[in-house]
Amino acid sequence: MSLRSTARAVPQLLRTGLAETVAYRAEFVVWMLTTTLPLVMLGLWTSVAADGAFRGYSSPDFVAYYLAALIVRNLTGSWVVWQINDEIRRGILAMRLLRPVHPFVAYAASHVAAVPLRGLIALPVTVILLATTARDSLTHDPLQIALILPSLAGAWLLTFAFLFGLGCLAFFIDKSMALLDVYFGVFAVLSGYLIPLPMLPSWLPTVARWLPFRFMLSAPVEVITGRELGAGGAAQLVALQWGYAALILALALALWRAGVRRFEAVGG
Amino acid sequence: MIRATDLRKHFRVHKRPPGLAAAVRSLWHRTYETVKAVDGISFAIARGERVGFLGPNGAGKTTTLKTLSGLLHPTSGTVEVCGHTPFRREGAFLRQITLVMGQKQQLLWDLPPADTFAMNRALYDVPVAQFDATMKELTELLDLGPLVTKPTRQLSLGERMKCELACALLHRPTTLFLDEPTIGLDVSMQLAIREFIRDYNQRHEATVILTSHYMEDVVALCPRVIVIDGGRLIHDGDLRDLIKTMHPGKLVSFTLTAPMADDELARLGAITREGNRVVVQIAEAALREAVGHLLASASVTDLSIEDPPLEVVMRALFKDGAAPATT
Repeated sequence: MSLRSTARAVPQLLRTGLAETVAYRAEFVVWMLTTTLPLVMLGLWTSVAADGAFRGYSSPDFVAYYLAALIVRNLTGSWVVWQINDEIRRGILAMRLLRPVHPFVAYAASHVAAVPLRGLIALPVTVILLATTARDSLTHDPLQIALILPSLAGAWLLTFAFLFGLGCLAFFIDKSMALLDVYFGVFAVLSGYLIPLPMLPSWLPTVARWLPFRFMLSAPVEVITGRELGAGGAAQLVALQWGYAALILALALALWRAGVRRFEAVGG
Repeated sequence: MIRATDLRKHFRVHKRPPGLAAAVRSLWHRTYETVKAVDGISFAIARGERVGFLGPNGAGKTTTLKTLSGLLHPTSGTVEVCGHTPFRREGAFLRQITLVMGQKQQLLWDLPPADTFAMNRALYDVPVAQFDATMKELTELLDLGPLVTKPTRQLSLGERMKCELACALLHRPTTLFLDEPTIGLDVSMQLAIREFIRDYNQRHEATVILTSHYMEDVVALCPRVIVIDGGRLIHDGDLRDLIKTMHPGKLVSFTLTAPMADDELARLGAITREGNRVVVQIAEAALREAVGHLLASASVTDLSIEDPPLEVVMRALFKDGAAPATT
């Protein structure tokens, strides 16, 4: 299908995705509640830093970090890996393959459609809390503020492409969902979801700086909080993030192409 | 136009005996076997034909259908559908075909069918005016009425199947692959779906390829049948020819109003008797004389002459492996 036809289909795909999100409202709220780990960590680390800064992080720094992490996680989290896995294993992916729009576009549109609703639920309280309790721990540089949106978009694309690729492993491995647990463990540590990356022990922070997981969560948080970054550093970070997103997307699509050749469209 | 030449689709399947020991052993020593789902079949189907794929479970019918629709890459051989190689799934190809699988759905489960229709309109880039006209036509033909605004999960199986068909045909495909489209439906719904498919075929000169375990579907819709067994093509031709080859003659049924000995009836042909109701298989050449004889006797009533049911023909075909000559 031509790019123009695909572009014409996207608004309707977004509308349908939004309708589906609203239809699954209870499931949606429960899913959002599972992303509240940063609030738990926030409680823990603010009490640790109550008597003074801990490894360079003051109590407001922790508030800023974890509230920003909550925003990023809520806006960029994705369930595409479960969706693809289920559709491959039950053979219902067949129906997607017969439509003249690349399934990646269809999956992506339905996930993008959920973002505004997630933002509507998660953003107002979090942003107000951020602005009132951790204002001094946020960036005030207008250029850096302008980079927040691109860094969030980059984190969404990188996370989505990574999980799309992970879902594609179901073409090759029967129980590929076991890898999701491995992924989530690695992601939680190396993305800064559990603790800020500079607080990781020994050589891990250096490794984590160059792995893609940092760009899924920590990078936009760094842009929002602005710790030791500056506008130039933020621009470099976002550029690197988009480079990673392009690379992971290319790998995920290659995995998809190889996988579809093996697809057996079981059942029916 | 559909053309398959020496088409093969083989699957590599992990084989493991039952039991814990075998499960543990399979961790480091896996054995595989090759399943030849489709094993070198060739055929050509012209535009507007209605063709039935027949065969027992696991014969390779659905695999062939999936290969023709582009879902599966053939292991070897060539396939051409509407001038395209299906597995490339080019947009121009996908817009000309549709695949309806009775056991799979494309309707979005928690939304009304109207939402899936709107999404498919966008995906297939159907102009709004054409979409409205097609929707009107399908609503009339399938009697969709208020169904399209009810959430899919609240529709009955028959209602859902009608909406699935409408959804699959919104872009007015010229080639229809129908895999068990009437499965699980009651008799009146089966009849409605059959009538609709025939009507669509005639209105749009659409090619229809059908697999169904309901022989009535095949008899009613498909003048031509392709019989597949064990992945190989064992008959391709007129349905009536297949019946005649496998089961020559007609079935003459009647009720006896007075006792008649089996020996006397057996002179007419092979008999099946259930109380007073008798079915005799009579060769076509002897039919006129035999029926005349029966009617002349005062002890016969409710006489009817029919072709043998396709189920009987198929049972004989697959039981004996008696493949008739491929045409």
